[in-house]
Amino acid sequence: MARTRLYSLEDLEDIPGTKVFTAKRSREAYHLHKFCMSLMKPENREAFKADERAYLDRYKMTEEQKQGVLARDLSRLIELGGNMYFLVKLASTDGWSAQKAVSSMSGMSAEEYAAMMREGGRSPEGLRSKKDQN
Amino acid sequence: MARITAGIATSHVPAIGAAIDLGKTQDEYWKPIFDGYEFVKEWIKSNTPDVVILVYNDHASALMLDIVPTFAIGFADEFLPADEGWGRRPVPTVHNHSDLAAHVAEQLVIDEFDITIINEMDVDHGCTVPLSLVFGQPEEWPCKVIPLAVNVTQFPTPSGERCWKLGEAIRNAVKTFPEDLNVQIWGTGGMSHQLQGTRAGLINAEFDNRFLDLLAHEPEELTPMTRIEYLREAGTEGIELIMWLIMRAALGYGVEELHRFYRVPASNTAVGHVVYEARS
Repeated sequence: MARTRLYSLEDLEDIPGTKVFTAKRSREAYHLHKFCMSLMKPENREAFKADERAYLDRYKMTEEQKQGVLARDLSRLIELGGNMYFLVKLASTDGWSAQKAVSSMSGMSAEEYAAMMREGGRSPEGLRSKKDQN
Repeated sequence: MARITAGIATSHVPAIGAAIDLGKTQDEYWKPIFDGYEFVKEWIKSNTPDVVILVYNDHASALMLDIVPTFAIGFADEFLPADEGWGRRPVPTVHNHSDLAAHVAEQLVIDEFDITIINEMDVDHGCTVPLSLVFGQPEEWPCKVIPLAVNVTQFPTPSGERCWKLGEAIRNAVKTFPEDLNVQIWGTGGMSHQLQGTRAGLINAEFDNRFLDLLAHEPEELTPMTRIEYLREAGTEGIELIMWLIMRAALGYGVEELHRFYRVPASNTAVGHVVYEARS
């Protein structure tokens, strides 16, 4: 018996400013994420810090993903399939707080973002659905 | 016979663990959050269980890369705190109750939950921050802990409905374990938060408080909620709240809400925390 599908995969693209981490993105980012998880070992963090480019070349990531890592462009890395639970290992290696890492994608400075959070965070109003604009 | 006597839910924000480890709990920013856990820290002293079944999600520390299990249960004798990029947390090793874990795994499969068994893994902040919040900073955790990991990262996650049924199956499994054990179930993660994109920093206090209102006595209002509704209302990481449904279902029909706490923010996240006692 066929199950009722609750929503189409296109609906997952309907949330403003959001990339849902699907199986397809998981596959695209596999080698990027393998790099990120390698940073869970101190000796790998040291090797990465010593020569970032050489270290990245050990992984079968795309050149775009490597450039995203070198530039610490988390927004770009999310677009290239990345997921924050992996990418935060890179931020931690740099000594960034999770809040600083997340704020770097938010379109505001770390200070502005921190202030927004202290004021209760970003309201969901208008950010639930592109098509419903609510 | 073993029985589930109580349930605890709490957010498991990594920065909360860092605040504990670095001695910052009385700082202006953190104190209001830790004040919300004074009740449970006192309550647990006279209600220390033999075993906690700790429902959490692995944040790409041991799982999610090469193996992505929807539901997984820890079988190893012990689990070390994971190095998530800044060294291992200075917290005790987690010791398992392997016999109960084995029993629960067997019963779950019989109940058609084809759960993954993990014989080796480190546990990350998802598991260790709740332990720190409840037990403080002891030399050893005062009870055994069975880690039960849920995929809330790679879409599709299990549905809320499926999580509810898993909780019911855990309840039935524990009830049939012959040893006399006091077992608690903890659900962790949430509440609303989003850690990516231009919607980062999303907090939905109205949604969170409605979730807290319904969870104790009208949880059937929450179980039909779809995954995409969690994403839209509570943020991409807010879907961790489905793990609270596992906790609630494992307590059975009636619960007493002993404590409830809600506070925004801890780092990027809305902090929620409840303590429930099972009535039956």
